[in-house]
This record gives sequence, structure tokens and C-alpha cells, in this order.
Amino acid sequence: MGKIVPLSGNSAVAYAVKSADVDVISAYPITPQTTIVEKLAEFIANGELDAEMIHVESEHSALSAAVGASAAGARVYTASSSQGIVLMYEIMFIASSLRLPIVMTIAARALSAPINIWNDHSDFMAVSDTGWVMMMAENNQEAHDDVILAYRIAEDPEVLLPVATALDGYFMTHTIEPIDLIEREDALSFAPKRKTWFTLDPDKPVTIGALGDPQWYFEFKRQQYEAMKKSREVFEKSVDEFAKVFGRRYGAVEYFGDENPEVVLVAMGHVVGNIKAYLSRVRGKDSRAGVLKIKLYRPFPEDLIVKYLEGVKIVGVVDRALVPGSASPGPLHSEIVATLRKHGVDAKTLSFVSGLGGRPVTHEHIGVMFSKLSELKDKPASELPKEPLFIGVRE
Amino acid sequence: MSRALTIRDLPREERFAPGHRMCQGCGAAILMRHITKALPKDTIIVQATGCVEVTTTLYPETSWMNPWLHIAFENAAAGASGVEAAIKVLKKKGQLPPGKEVRVVAIGGDGGTFDIGIQALSGMLERGHDILYIVYDNEAYMNTGIQRSGATPFGAWTTTTPVGKVWHGEWRRKKDIIGIALAHRVPYVATVNPAYLPDLYAKVSKAMSIKGPKLIHAFSPCVPGWRYEPALTITIAKMAVQTGMWINYEIENGVLNVTTPVPKRKPVREYLKLQGRFRHLTDEEINTIQKFVDEQVAYINKLAGKEVIGPVEA
Repeated sequence: MGKIVPLSGNSAVAYAVKSADVDVISAYPITPQTTIVEKLAEFIANGELDAEMIHVESEHSALSAAVGASAAGARVYTASSSQGIVLMYEIMFIASSLRLPIVMTIAARALSAPINIWNDHSDFMAVSDTGWVMMMAENNQEAHDDVILAYRIAEDPEVLLPVATALDGYFMTHTIEPIDLIEREDALSFAPKRKTWFTLDPDKPVTIGALGDPQWYFEFKRQQYEAMKKSREVFEKSVDEFAKVFGRRYGAVEYFGDENPEVVLVAMGHVVGNIKAYLSRVRGKDSRAGVLKIKLYRPFPEDLIVKYLEGVKIVGVVDRALVPGSASPGPLHSEIVATLRKHGVDAKTLSFVSGLGGRPVTHEHIGVMFSKLSELKDKPASELPKEPLFIGVRE
Repeated sequence: MSRALTIRDLPREERFAPGHRMCQGCGAAILMRHITKALPKDTIIVQATGCVEVTTTLYPETSWMNPWLHIAFENAAAGASGVEAAIKVLKKKGQLPPGKEVRVVAIGGDGGTFDIGIQALSGMLERGHDILYIVYDNEAYMNTGIQRSGATPFGAWTTTTPVGKVWHGEWRRKKDIIGIALAHRVPYVATVNPAYLPDLYAKVSKAMSIKGPKLIHAFSPCVPGWRYEPALTITIAKMAVQTGMWINYEIENGVLNVTTPVPKRKPVREYLKLQGRFRHLTDEEINTIQKFVDEQVAYINKLAGKEVIGPVEA
């Protein structure tokens, strides 16, 4: 056990990055991520972390330099938010396709316009098709632990994919919680630095980033798909061992609530904590309700979602991002619907869009969502709203 | 003082394998073959998307005997920054043998350097990475089919500056990439030309011996883009120097040295008339180009402190 210290979410992340003994940090300032990199700069400046910091001139270059450093064999780290994440978009595909085990923190923030520095999941969801393993934390301890888990998963020879770990901007990045710190020795024994990937070694020269024509491109993609699938097994093994070593157990999904629920809210990030608190304090233990937290977003843990949602009458999905014009404008709702349909689970679903641009998702809002679910749980699916319910917006 | 290098002094060993898909007579192919001869073997090359990249690494084949990385179009300088930082720290932390001198070179075309890659290049130069950046300049987006770039010279036909009733080829002047590099106070910049290979070899070797960010601007004739017969690549490259359209020089710590003095210049018309991309030019436009070249020659002579490039012969 490490020592327990009060830390903001961003500091908690920075301490984990330090414990992972990263070699290269390449990042560009953006709110609300900035204080992670500030803290890391402090560690390097004080000799507490032996790493090269590349003060790049954009997020595009931040990730490009991370790709270069990772290809050269370094353990690398970067972090960003919002516009910075979508500026990296192009290179995110390349990082995953080159199979480089980069770890990046997303301090989740809304996307412009209007420009908004506060929290939602627009940036996280916007890059969810880039081939990265993606996780989102519910609290600062988890954000800290996710960094160590991320290196272990990313560098596993059966995976070799970049991993993004996210935490909610401000609600977590700038909020102080007690953190049980993972010390360097323990971090490196759990996620040892191993050269598991091809690197730019002059003694064994390789060409990385070749042109893949129609004869070969498809095979590269097929292998990448397998690696992503494999990352799920490695995730499960890693969280099991993490629980043994550090005493904290995480799941790809985590359920809280009634043992035999009729209504369940599915959510991600800090809002999960709000829903838990609502269920404990407001709704009462006897109600047949629960919340399913999605921690691992890529690969999407379908099997566990089926396990928890089978037999539930109605599932409400809380999305903190919006895709106008989509058949399911809530991206998480879209994943849940696809999962249920694919596995023949006939639970009805309702899409809630809430908390965009930093608007808090309050107990009042959560109350409205549960009321809607209770009201509609026995109606036939054909009578359910076909559009998302926007909770907490002025219409 | 040692005698000047000749072509016979260049290493016989080939470090750039044949069998690539570059065009017959491609200037960039000649450049790459001789740049790799001049690079220390333990050099990592980071390449921008472009002609050279797509034609030399068609999986599962590669022309590169050095470790080689391609990420995207606009970020060779950023990718190389990451490689260089990694080598530095891995060496310091004992994960690479301390005696091993691994060097880093970034290579991009004019589009990937003058235009879309200028930001990453500026960052790399400003941060002081120990990297040699080489831009092979064929004066347009040749890989996508001859679209104008910030390096396209005044008057040149391209597919996006066509010659029509209203337009008459490119109407703006070429960007000054050496000036941009110098504004970052880099220790070494140079220009090279495939018709002067010993000069190229000497400059790449010298650049690799200097710590810090360096830039080499390479003249890169393009058969399909400039509209000439493949056999004329070297003739055109030489004529560029003889007319003052291209000047071979280097600036080391602020001191300029013209490495190919030209006592008497030929008129620019001699260079322009060899290429289909200039065939539409009027006498007035050719006079304008001549004036631009005269200005550049005067500027270089002023920096050199003497007349290293002479007047146009009558």
C-alpha cells in the first residue's frame, strides 16, 4: 500500500505517469488537461522523473512526436482535451495502426462551437473509432490506477495498441480526493518496461509505416481487429492481478443497485457516482433499480452488458455527447442498442442526453430519468419515444 | 587543404535499394541514393508522405537500409523530434549502449515542408532538436498530380495554376524556406543539387557532424511535373545553377559560402525553355523571372561579400 494523499484528478494522473517511469512526454497546453503536464514538468524539473519533455507546437505534433518516440522504443505519454484531441484525430488512427503502445489521458471536455472549456464526452466519443483501447474513470483514484493499467495492457505483446484513459474535466481533473498512490516500484513490477514491439533499431533496421496497397492493407486491418479483441482478455487478466496487488477491483463494466432490477441507467464517468448516490440516498434500497457503469468503452464489453441487462425491463442510457442526425444521437445508447439487438436481449431502451458543455447532471435530473423509465417500463416498445430525451436543457 | 571531392570519392556501397517505383529520371531518386551514402549507418530516417515515401516502401518491399519511419504528411519534423528525444533519454537511462551514436534525419517534399509541414518544422527547428531536415523540392504536389505548392515558382504551369484565357500559370513567388530556417537561428543550412553530387555528399556529411537543427534544401527535377524527357534531369539541374535560378551554398553559423561559384551566368531563358511547364511564358514574364534571379544573385553576393555569381553573359 502506498501513502494516501489528497490530489486533484490531474495530479493523481501525473503521479501515476511518474510511477510508470515514462521516458518521453510530449504535450501541448489545453484546458482542463494542462495541469497534468505542468505537474510532470515539475517532476522533471526537480529530478523526480527522468524523462524528456517535448514542448511541441500543437497537439497534432504532440501525438506525432509520441509516435516517433514510441517507434524508437521509449515508454511515452501524452494528454489532451477537446479541440486538442480532435486535432490529434488523424494521428490517432496511425498510432493504433502502427501498433504503438502509447498512453494518453483525455481530460474530457466539450467541443466547439460555441467554445466551452467544461466537461462532457464529446471529445472522447469523437475519437472512439480510431482503434485505441479506451477507458473512462469514475473517480480520481480510478484515474490514477488507469494509467498503470493502461501501460500494462498497451505493451502486452498480444495487444500492442495505444490506450486512452479518460477522466471528466473539472468534475474530476480539478476536484480533490484522497488518493492511495501507487509507488514507482509497485507500478513497474505490475507494468514492467519491456521491449515488446518493433523499434527503429540501427542494428536491426525496419521500415515502419510502409505503403499497404490492396494486396496487403486488408490483412493489416484484420490483425488490428484481432489485437483489439485480445485486449479484452488482457484487460480482464490485468484488473484481476491489479485487485490482488493493490486491493482495488475494477471491471470493464460495474453494476450497482438492486439484485433483480426492472430499470437500469447506463452511464460513464463521474455521473455514475451521482447516480449511485441518488439510488442510495433518494430512491431507497427497495426500488428495483440500478446503474451500470461502462468503464471500458473500446473494446466494448458486450458480454458483460448482456449479462447485466438481460431480464431488465427498460434501460436508460445517459449520453453526455450528441451526434445530430444519427439513428441514435447518443453514441453510448447506440452501442447499447447494437449490443442488445445482436445478442437477442429484448430489454427496451431509452436515450437520455444530459450534461452537455459542463451542465451538471443533478439528482433532480437523475430523478426525472428514473421516473421516465418507471413510467414506460411496461409499455410496448412501439410506444417509446424515438428521439432522445434531453434532460436539463431549456427547450 | 584537402583536394575537392569528386564523384569517385563517394562510397561505392548502396544504401538505397533499386527496384523502387520512382519515375525514370526522377531527381529525388538521385538525391536519396546519394544522401543515404553520406549518412552514418546508425541514422534513423523519418519521412513525410510524398513521392519518395509511396514509391520506396510498397509493402512488403523497402528501399531503405536504415531504420525508417513514416507517419503522415505534415509531421515528419514532429515524428523525428520524438525519435530524437527517445534516443537521448534511452541513452541517458542506459537502455541504449552509451557509445552508440544514433542520429536522426527527417525528409519531406516541398508540400510536406513549405506548406502543410511548416508548423512542425518550425517547432523542430525552434526547440533545437539534433536533427537534419532535408526537403527535396520538386516545386509542386507531384505525388497527387502536379498541383501548385508554396514552392512553385512564378510562371510555372501546374494542374491548379493552369494556363487559360485568364490565368497564365503561377502568379506568386516561391517561398524562401532557407530564410524561414535561418529565422530560427539554426547552425547550418545548405542547398544541394543532384548535378553536383560531391557537393551534396560534403554538405550532408558536414550537417551530420554539427549538433542541433539543420536544414538542407535540395533541388529535385521532376520529369512528369516539369514536362521534360527523363534524360534531361541532370542537364536541367546543371542549367538551374548556370543561370542562377538555383545557387549551391551553405550558411554555417551565419557565414555564407557559395559552393558552386558561377563567374558568368546564362540567361534564365536557357533554363526555362527546357521545360514544358514554362512553355507558355511571354517575353515579359521571362524578363520578370530574370529580374527575380538578378535580385537573388545580388542578395547572395552581398552576403558573400564578393561577386561569386557573375553577371548574365551577353
